[in-house]
Amino acid sequence: MRRLLKKIFLVDLAQGLWVTFRNQNPKYIYTEQYPAERPKVAERYRGAPRLNLNPETGETLCMACNMCALACPESLIVVSSQRNEKTKKKELVTFTFDTSRCMFCGLCEDSCPTDALELSQDFELASYTREGQIWDRKMLEEGPKPTRYKC
Amino acid sequence: MPDTTFLDSTELVLNMGPQHPSTHGVLRVILKLDGEKILGTDCVIGYLHRGVEKIAEARTYAQFNPYVDRLDYVAAVSNGLGYCLAVEKLLNVEASPRAQAVRVILTELNRIASHVLWLGTHALDIGAITPVFYCFREREEILKIFEQYCGARLTTHAFRIGGLQYEIYDGFEQEVKAFCDMFLPKVDEYEELLTNNRIWMSRLKNVGILNAEDCKRYGVTGPVLRAAGVHWDLRKAQPYSGYEKYDFEIPTRDNGDTYDRYSVRMQEMRQAVRIIRQAVEGIPEGPIMAKVPKVIKPPVGEAYVSIEAPKGELGYYIVSDGSTQPYRVRVRPPSFVNLQALDRMVRGALIADVVAVIGTLDIVLGEVDR
Repeated sequence: MRRLLKKIFLVDLAQGLWVTFRNQNPKYIYTEQYPAERPKVAERYRGAPRLNLNPETGETLCMACNMCALACPESLIVVSSQRNEKTKKKELVTFTFDTSRCMFCGLCEDSCPTDALELSQDFELASYTREGQIWDRKMLEEGPKPTRYKC
Repeated sequence: MPDTTFLDSTELVLNMGPQHPSTHGVLRVILKLDGEKILGTDCVIGYLHRGVEKIAEARTYAQFNPYVDRLDYVAAVSNGLGYCLAVEKLLNVEASPRAQAVRVILTELNRIASHVLWLGTHALDIGAITPVFYCFREREEILKIFEQYCGARLTTHAFRIGGLQYEIYDGFEQEVKAFCDMFLPKVDEYEELLTNNRIWMSRLKNVGILNAEDCKRYGVTGPVLRAAGVHWDLRKAQPYSGYEKYDFEIPTRDNGDTYDRYSVRMQEMRQAVRIIRQAVEGIPEGPIMAKVPKVIKPPVGEAYVSIEAPKGELGYYIVSDGSTQPYRVRVRPPSFVNLQALDRMVRGALIADVVAVIGTLDIVLGEVDR
């Protein structure tokens, strides 16, 4: 009898509607106004690659050991170096990073002995051309420069 | 003139997919129909084939780790766990207790994330649009924890061979506990929306029945098997990564229909919260990485490790020839095996039931095609 009454008065459907009604409360509504309001990504976020410079001298921290290129599963890092005649040390010449093939696994970052290569918190990597996805040393040191919009 | 032409035949062949919203990816099902009734189905897979198992043969053990995240991309953490456990078995090392506890927390969070996504899309296929929004809202909280922990939301690459790469961040325990407290009422909310709903019940009850015997014959695992009444969960049957320390139940149902699979998964989410709560209470101190050589070179041999992924038994079979690269990697994906039972489940049913059954099997095409 009770089940029949429940069925006639659509109790099960009203129950569901009450849930949706509860969730309409304006305090639960949230929209992120993306280009004007940028999301804060986590500190450990694996985004755009970055070649760090020594903050004091402005010189690259990379010592061209090639560990990142060996660690990369996609072999997308190419490092070229030259031996300095005076100090007998290897010096970095070029560093290319193909972000179009990168899967942001972070293995290059983990393998870097000097913390020169890092996956930074920048996440806007779009480019108009395929060639634009291949980053050279200058791009890696400066980082991407997405347009900033004001709200 | 032949006696019967195709015009006399009542059989109609219809392609469902590969571009169909409710095949959950690029699955093509060729349906043989008599009106609305299904006479037979034929699954065409391979649209997402990337040759992951072959790729493994040209990568080192550590390098292959990020690729397994891309098999079942809604449960990347579970995939990573299975692979790491398999290589650890080859190397004969075991992760430290601290690493094991964190692994359990993250895999169980991932189980919830996977089930929540399943619930949302399954309900959406059936026609209930609201749950998908609520489900994604809760899933977002889990993904935020993943992002904080390892820097990626979906293809996490959270575990490394021998333990973890990252120490847990400050406030990890509090965030996980807050999620557990927040999540349980939400499961009740989903149940309020669906469990007693008359449309939901009439669409799911007695649809796509697969009894225990058929489940075993097809090798079906996971919630689909448990809904048929078989008490089988690898976390209990052959515990790995310290699951024997936690107290939890394996929810089972008896009928093996779509509604039972729904309620098994809902209960599994609650049990996952229970495991997380126990694990997060006492994360042991200690190192997060076992002693693993920098260049991983397992001895000649083979190892098979299977874990209970959200979708069923996920197995990794690795053959090592003593070099830095695996000789052969074979993945036993739960979705691929579960999908084989589709024909059995929908034969004689209606077209609309196919949608419900594909939804309830919880397949991910990245894993089916590999």
